[in-house]
Amino acid sequence: MRATLLIALTAASALLAACATTPPEEQKPAGVEDRSAGKPGAAQPVEQKPIASVDLTGSRAKDDPASMLRDPNSILSKRSIYYDYDKFDVKDEYRGIVEAHAKYLRENPGAKMLIQGNTDERGSREYNVGLGQRRSDGVKRMLILLGAKENQIESVSLGEEKPQQEGHAEEAWSKNRRSDMLYGGEY
Amino acid sequence: MARLSLLLGAALMLAALPARAQLSIEITGAGAQRIPIAIVPFAGEAALGAGISGIVRADLERSGLFRGLEVPPLIPHPTEATPVNYNEWRSRLADALVLGSVAARPDGRFEVRFRLFDTVKQAALGGIAYTLSRDQARATAHRIADYVYEKLTGERGVFSTRIAYVVKRGNRYELQIADADGVGAETALASFEAIISPAWSPDGRRLAYVSFENKKPVVYVHSLADGKRHVAANFRGSNSAPAWSPDGTRLAVTLSREGGSQLFLINPDGSGLRRLTSSSAIDTEPRYSPDGQWIYFTSDRGGSPQIYRMRASGGAEPQRVTFEGGYNVTPRLSPDGKTLAYITRNAGRFQVALLDLANRQVQVLTDSDRDESPSFAPNGRMILHATVIGGRGVLSAVSADGRVKQRLSATAGDVREPAWGPFIE
Repeated sequence: MRATLLIALTAASALLAACATTPPEEQKPAGVEDRSAGKPGAAQPVEQKPIASVDLTGSRAKDDPASMLRDPNSILSKRSIYYDYDKFDVKDEYRGIVEAHAKYLRENPGAKMLIQGNTDERGSREYNVGLGQRRSDGVKRMLILLGAKENQIESVSLGEEKPQQEGHAEEAWSKNRRSDMLYGGEY
Repeated sequence: MARLSLLLGAALMLAALPARAQLSIEITGAGAQRIPIAIVPFAGEAALGAGISGIVRADLERSGLFRGLEVPPLIPHPTEATPVNYNEWRSRLADALVLGSVAARPDGRFEVRFRLFDTVKQAALGGIAYTLSRDQARATAHRIADYVYEKLTGERGVFSTRIAYVVKRGNRYELQIADADGVGAETALASFEAIISPAWSPDGRRLAYVSFENKKPVVYVHSLADGKRHVAANFRGSNSAPAWSPDGTRLAVTLSREGGSQLFLINPDGSGLRRLTSSSAIDTEPRYSPDGQWIYFTSDRGGSPQIYRMRASGGAEPQRVTFEGGYNVTPRLSPDGKTLAYITRNAGRFQVALLDLANRQVQVLTDSDRDESPSFAPNGRMILHATVIGGRGVLSAVSADGRVKQRLSATAGDVREPAWGPFIE
């Protein structure tokens, strides 16, 4: 639904932009008396009332911050952090993503996030719930250190139950060892 | 001869599958010394449809302790009332003999009678007469198998017990309950999200389990007779690994509400929260000992996941229980409390192991790759667990000495998370 709204707004703003740049044509239907002041036939200055332009493209973040969360050009649409085997620390390559989300949470105190930690399929299902929890807890801790509020974030675990990729080798396993960040309305 | 009216009134009113579903069962190993037993078709058993004698024979053979003998057609057809020619049966190499009969009653019900004979001692060991309706035929056959098993081995039979497990087909998960022979599966819960860790209440009336339907793990308690379920634990964070106390009044669970994964106790209705462990590790998979004194659990507080135990009343520091290998998880106690079954990682392969708690000897029971969730039969003789064969999730039951093996698989989909139900008194 949000995608549709975005397209509609983009189309609307494109229309308005088009109107703003085209000069209005003076239209004088035949047989209408010219009542403007001055001698008949003299050129009259055309008063051009400016049209206020509504630009949704630039200030979108301010009016609808949540739309950035799904903008593929925004770092905020990146929601997954991946881990090495048996590890739960956030690798350097993912710090930027965590920082961006911390900033979003700081600037939008009403925003809520669910972090789901996941593991690959090896080993006990319940112990893997525990390992996934370590991962999501680690992300939550980092977000709070970066200024998000504790009550904005719930960290949970899906253990091995929700793999991103099915398969029984490292290629799949490496995609499944992850934390996913979800915002309100997405879960 | 005892007379019993078989009452199975409190039938499980679960969402029944359109077709009578079942797990197919295959025996892949046998006991060291099997008792040769002749189970003669019961006179008139065709009237009942279920083939009572065939079910009795299949049950006994499946235990791996009996070898059913082929019985030629006998004329006249003997029943439990026919005098027995023991020499004739010894010449057929039978050590034991079952004879019986089925009679239709005027009220539409049936009477099933049988007697068990020891051909070596040349004596009748006993028998029972049942009154039943047609749809109780399978259950009656299982009762007869239990009787024969107990008389000849001295152990209680588990043929009348049920198993719970989860079947995954595509994106659909079903928590199912079937007879111990895999027949008559009924669905207690169907979901598009995972279900794990089913745990039977000691009275067999309820299942606790973990459901991911809320996008996080939540513990439910589910009443089997009416399908009513309620949330037992949905605290902030993850809620999982439910385990019933032997008296059925408490659930041990793993919660992350206070950071990490720690053990807590709650009442089945979700009240009465009490923290049990305080570590910075993962403490999970709690299991009560049968005497209710200890809670065994998995913890990586020592650096790698191992099994520990603590006093159920709390207080003292938990003791480490497993010392061999770097990954020992999922503790399960035998009904007599003397043996611990668990999953051990052995050169990268996850296998079922048994630890004798008295002499500390470890025995690895399986030779597979991806074993999970061991569950003892209530007579302690077999251990049911999940494994993967040919890329498919199936259940396997192995005897405590490793000799007898059975495989239970679904027609389609993966089976996992088995839990063997209790004796129903």
